[in-house]
Amino acid sequence: MSRPSDHIDVGALEPEEGGEAISNGGPGGRSGQGPLGWLLFFWRQLTSMRVALLLLLLLAVAAIPGSLLPQRSSDPNGVSQWKTDHPDAFRILDAFPINAFDVYSSVWFSAIYILLFVSLIGCVVPRVAHHWRALRQRPPRTPSRLSRLPAFRTDAFPGISAERAAEEAQAILKRQRYRVQRYTGRDGEESVSAERGYMRETGNLVFHAALVGILVAVGFGGGLGFSGQKVVVEGGSFVNSLLDYDSFNPGRFFDDAGLPPYSLTLDKLAVTYVDDNPNAMGQPLDFDASVSLRQADGAPAGDATIKVNEPLRYYGTDVYLLGNGYAPTITVRDPQGTVVFHESVPFLPQDANLTSIGVVKVPDGLAQQLGMVGFFYPTRAQGSSGASFSTYPDLVNPVLTLNVYTGDLGLDNGVPRSVYVLDTTNMTEIAGTQSDTKALELSIGQSVALPGGLGSVSLDAVPRYASLEIHSDPSQGWVLLFAVLAVAGLLSSLLIPRRRVWVKARPDGEGVRVEYAGLARGDDPTLDRAVGDLVRAHALALGRPAESVMPETRMHS
Amino acid sequence: MIDTFEGYSQLSLFTAMAIYAAAFVLYSIDLATRSGQARGASAGGEQQRAGAGAAAAGLSRQSAGGSADSARGSVATLVRPPAAPAGGGSVPLVRRSKVLRVAFSLTVLGWLFQLAATILRGIDAQRVPFGNMYEFALTATTVIVGVFVVVQIFVDVRFVGALITGLALLFLGITRTNFYVPVRPLPPALDSYWLVLHILVAVLAVGLLTLAFGLAVAQLLQTRRESRLAAGLQAGPAFLATFPPAERLENLAYRVNIIGFIFWSFTLIAGAIWAEHAWGRYWGWDTKEVWTFIIWVLYAGYIHARATRGWRGTRASWLAIIAYAAVLFNFAIVNIFFKGLHAYSGL
Repeated sequence: MSRPSDHIDVGALEPEEGGEAISNGGPGGRSGQGPLGWLLFFWRQLTSMRVALLLLLLLAVAAIPGSLLPQRSSDPNGVSQWKTDHPDAFRILDAFPINAFDVYSSVWFSAIYILLFVSLIGCVVPRVAHHWRALRQRPPRTPSRLSRLPAFRTDAFPGISAERAAEEAQAILKRQRYRVQRYTGRDGEESVSAERGYMRETGNLVFHAALVGILVAVGFGGGLGFSGQKVVVEGGSFVNSLLDYDSFNPGRFFDDAGLPPYSLTLDKLAVTYVDDNPNAMGQPLDFDASVSLRQADGAPAGDATIKVNEPLRYYGTDVYLLGNGYAPTITVRDPQGTVVFHESVPFLPQDANLTSIGVVKVPDGLAQQLGMVGFFYPTRAQGSSGASFSTYPDLVNPVLTLNVYTGDLGLDNGVPRSVYVLDTTNMTEIAGTQSDTKALELSIGQSVALPGGLGSVSLDAVPRYASLEIHSDPSQGWVLLFAVLAVAGLLSSLLIPRRRVWVKARPDGEGVRVEYAGLARGDDPTLDRAVGDLVRAHALALGRPAESVMPETRMHS
Repeated sequence: MIDTFEGYSQLSLFTAMAIYAAAFVLYSIDLATRSGQARGASAGGEQQRAGAGAAAAGLSRQSAGGSADSARGSVATLVRPPAAPAGGGSVPLVRRSKVLRVAFSLTVLGWLFQLAATILRGIDAQRVPFGNMYEFALTATTVIVGVFVVVQIFVDVRFVGALITGLALLFLGITRTNFYVPVRPLPPALDSYWLVLHILVAVLAVGLLTLAFGLAVAQLLQTRRESRLAAGLQAGPAFLATFPPAERLENLAYRVNIIGFIFWSFTLIAGAIWAEHAWGRYWGWDTKEVWTFIIWVLYAGYIHARATRGWRGTRASWLAIIAYAAVLFNFAIVNIFFKGLHAYSGL
């Protein structure tokens, strides 16, 4: 059996092959009794068209919730937010087996697509065997009554032998790339049986096999790679080793010994903004990160650029430019002028004009532990209430304000702390809105004293930083290959018509009477025209004058 | 005084909308006229048409060399109805209506204006007009009408003209009122040649799927009418008598759908390749990716349904209609209300 028993083509078109079409009866039917019978019954159900269709529709429906609720894989912040907003519902929805925030790796979603693929494989494997046989068979014997077939014509040629008529038909069909077989019947009857469009079924099978290929490549190949993030300030470097990543997510089968320790230095991150269109003022136009590379052995390897749509591909890893911002270089000195802190601190952008927030922690070197929350405005403007904001993302009027805290930074009690958050529970504000002293305000090159004679702080420069994503997925090429194969298969399975054509020549007095018939196997919009063309070409080949061929051979069937 | 390309683009767009409105009215008048003619002609019995499908009015058309085959069951078809039908054969119920011809000419004219609006918008922006939702909708509607006009070369589908111009007018109205944004340059994430490829195949897919949707609607109406006739009931809207038979409509819808499906597959793959370039992964279940996937699976379901016994015809067509609803949902609702990486609506 080449197709599921409830496929529309089964039985209808291939009485000579599909005669044994199996009924979809219950387990008490032909499949026999007992557990084996049941198993066979379930297998037949699973590989039937109806169940495959049901699973497809189920897959589409099951994919919907993942677009309504935030997913950990694509939107982890959204998940945290949802958890804060609906703590009770979150507990239920996040629990096994619902896993509403990891829909696409949940048990129920996986169950649907695994069943679908089992059904697909169960359906495709027998068809491969069947098609393999069909590919090596000659076209079948010409049916006795062609007139019963859907596309049927007849014509008569005086003074021509059945042999000759069949030979010409054979030649024409061969030119049209049909697989052709001659048969001789009773009473000097000569016939040609021809079939074409084997690529339709081949394409169909390739398409389905390629889908399995994609699933396998994604499933296993995904585990071989890794992804990691690293923030690099202009002038700073990144080394491709586990220690240097800010965060690192290895795949299941990834071995970190395999990381080639190449390095890159971010020389400059150039950003251009719209400055002449009032509708898009400050919209970024281009991010261009110039980097210099060093090979794994430390040898310089020249320069490269990374842009938003142009990742750097190096040593089997892909380096993407995914974010940017300002990293003000801040120096803190003690009252004697000794530097106790000097760093470019990446600030997190809060809006399109890059108003940014960052945190400075100085645990050692001063009389007390010092913490500062900084607000950076690339182009500072002040509203009527005195509140500062940024009006343009580039450095036109850069101002840094600092709220200063003293007390316990909480770094020593072993709890991991984010570098982007200052825990002020055990700290006192000595400059800022809650304090008598106003927040410190600095422009580039300025230095101001810290309140209480703690020392001084200065803003030396404002370089940009690039947030890079480094990524390796060895299976990616395979996924693409299978996707291309799937499309190629799809094209040939949907657009190549598969059909059988017969020409039968029967001696008739002085001449020959010829019958033509065609049978579509699957969807074939051009069958009728193809048979018509054959009739005309045949008439021409048998010597009928061209001007009489066109109108006369048109027949209404 | 208009002094920008964008100004002319707007003028051209409003002109196109006015012309589409006129075309829509004429297509509707044509349908009403067909009702009258069909009633007159069917006095002798509608069953006459049985088996003479393609020869019926809406479909008749002279093929290139006049060397047409029998019309039966073929797409190529486009055959002149036999001048003197054999006894009991087909009787074209409606001659080519003048109203219909004017309506179609207006559609082409409106389309030219809309094409100009789209191109002028692109010239003003100095890039492909795919940068935000307004531009995308403008391009997509141009392609929807364009597909309808171009398909006309191969097969006469003017009977869905009312639906297509109506939809185009509706889409353009909603788009212009709700999605309009002034010209802005592309954000860096969109600045890629994949924008051209990915969006172009996507709008072509949408254009084809829209036409197929129209055909599926016509088919469902026709199926209902045919079964009511068979049961000896009131036949419903009389203009349907001049439409091709349901089976042929179903075949047409299928062929347009599969080409749309192939384009949709290209959209998906081009999108994945672009996502790999821009976001560092080819697939991440972003909301827009999810819906593109859902649509692909629904149309795959439709193609399977059509090959499943008991599903070909009405059930499969309903699936195609649901899938098309998902296409609209993906464009209108997901873009605006769902959070995701495809945040380029510009709103």
